[in-house]
Amino acid sequence: MSWRVARVSGLRDETPSARTLVLDVEDWPGHVAGQHVDIRLTAADGYTATRSYSIASAPDVERVEVTVERLDDGEVSPYLTRDVIVGDQLEVRGPIGGWFVWRPEEEAPVQLVGGGSGFVPLMSMVRTHAARSSSAPVRLVYSVRAPDAVLYAGELARPPGHVQVTYAYTRAVPEGWPDRPRRVDAELLAAATWPADRRPRSYVCGPTGFVEAVADLLVAAGHDPRTVRTERFGPTGGTR
Amino acid sequence: MGLISRGFTGRRREGAEDLPPGQYLTHDFPVLAAGPTQRVPTDDWKFTITTETGARHEWDWAAFTALPRDEVTVDLHCVTRWSKLHTDWEGVSLDTLLADVETSAHYALVESYGGYTTNLPLEDLTDGQAWVAFRYDGEDLDPEHGGPARLLVPHLYLWKSAKWVRGITLSDHDEPGFWESVGYHNYGDPWREQRYWE
Amino acid sequence: MTDDPHGETHLDGNAAAGTLAELFTFDVTVAVGRCAGCGRVSTVADTRSYLDGPGMVVRCTGCDSVLLRVVSSPERTWLDLRGLAYLEVDHVTEG
Ligand SMILES: Cc1cc2nc3c(=O)[nH]c(=O)nc-3n(C[C@H](O)[C@H](O)[C@H](O)COP(=O)(O)OP(=O)(O)OC[C@H]3O[C@@H](n4cnc5c(N)ncnc54)[C@H](O)[C@@H]3O)c2cc1C
Ligand SMILES: [Zn+2]
Repeated sequence: MSWRVARVSGLRDETPSARTLVLDVEDWPGHVAGQHVDIRLTAADGYTATRSYSIASAPDVERVEVTVERLDDGEVSPYLTRDVIVGDQLEVRGPIGGWFVWRPEEEAPVQLVGGGSGFVPLMSMVRTHAARSSSAPVRLVYSVRAPDAVLYAGELARPPGHVQVTYAYTRAVPEGWPDRPRRVDAELLAAATWPADRRPRSYVCGPTGFVEAVADLLVAAGHDPRTVRTERFGPTGGTR
Repeated sequence: MGLISRGFTGRRREGAEDLPPGQYLTHDFPVLAAGPTQRVPTDDWKFTITTETGARHEWDWAAFTALPRDEVTVDLHCVTRWSKLHTDWEGVSLDTLLADVETSAHYALVESYGGYTTNLPLEDLTDGQAWVAFRYDGEDLDPEHGGPARLLVPHLYLWKSAKWVRGITLSDHDEPGFWESVGYHNYGDPWREQRYWE
Repeated sequence: MTDDPHGETHLDGNAAAGTLAELFTFDVTVAVGRCAGCGRVSTVADTRSYLDGPGMVVRCTGCDSVLLRVVSSPERTWLDLRGLAYLEVDHVTEG
């Protein structure tokens, strides 16, 4: 697999700290919901930095969208969320990963549990589900620190049919919200996800600690570990 | 070289005089992980030197920390290109640990809790060049940085300074360690930029 | 340094897929491998990968032993697979 040139054809601010980049990629072979790309930046002196970003969009010809959450002390995410302008070119490798994927042919109930920017690949699944009018029932749990950090809030306000959305706000809740800030726990999962006997396929994505905790809770609730697929977001740096 | 990303400079790469080639300066202390962080209680901790004849010299935490210790200020050079200057450590010199060890071996294989290994010539561990360090910057060494004790061999790239060190095996032949067996240089001198196999 | 409260930095084997895709013509992460340490059989994606060190290390979820290692210099890449007893790869079907 080699690096392809991608042209930034659009930018969208999703939250004060997250931005979506629309990339037109030369000879893009298409992707499956859940896959990611590696983005490589090269400085004038030859120094390079490579990071992984999940694809947020549904499969489309020659076009992929990624959503990047800015880490203020980061090397790559501040560049992608602040400095990049429409017309810039980036190098992209992908699509990558055939494990953490959902295909619209699958009919089993789907359970999506995302934390923070770990929601991005799950959004690709929700969008693919809508674009292909899938009838697989979907339950989505989105753990997010505060209302203003919710990605794709407009789209999620009108979720496609068969998709049920539950938010877990971890630090601040919206006005009038019936609950206190809380983390995803056994009680919340029992109320908002499929019972194990419906044999759903689960996708859990987020920071390593979040993924570990949620996957353990699902297995403890009786889900077969083989049906729980995980994707840990974390430092992908390494400079060479 | 790939396509240049307009305006991208990367993490501010501060050069400095007296840095080995290809290195840049960092002020924090990055943690590089090749595996899970080992958390070894000092009650269970042991450090063993095994010679080429199989003779074993072992210290538990109490015996080890009762040995004379050095305070040293050294520069660290990581093969991932960061260098950190003037770091303060406290540890037991390998000269002290090897004082009663009878050996004519030329090579050392360093082993860690968790299975990590690294190799180096025995002569690079002696003459005030290496320590088993257990305090950093005035405090007990964190598990993330290799505590309770790590090897410190500052004149070689930092992967030689094995975290969570548990022992050293002396031998007449050289056995490549964890990184040395898959592309990284057998010796690893930062000043000669010995990063990879040649 | 991470702000992960669990103090662990590993990701899934999937996170290593980009680098591995430069070496193999198939997607290694969906291949099934057997751990030479404990015998656990799983897809390469269902492992723990450590990407922020001098090289890439993929470890078994069952026993933490090293399944594969990749080191890249500007000129070449070294791959060590001795921790895998075997890898099973499906033939790609058209479509
Ligand atoms: C498979 C995969 C998919 C990913 N998809 C996305 C995505 O869709 N959107 C997105 O925004 N990010 C995603 N990430 C994370 C992304 O690859 C980068 O790690 C992130 O953008 C930070 O890069 P940086 O260069 O800004 O920070 P760095 O310079 O690499 O790191 C700065 C500091 O933050 C810490 N850090 C780095 N990454 C994280 C993290 N994720 N969580 C907590 N601390 C961190 C570092 O240890 C360091 O201390 C994904 C990661 C993986 C493995
Ligand atoms: Zn194993």
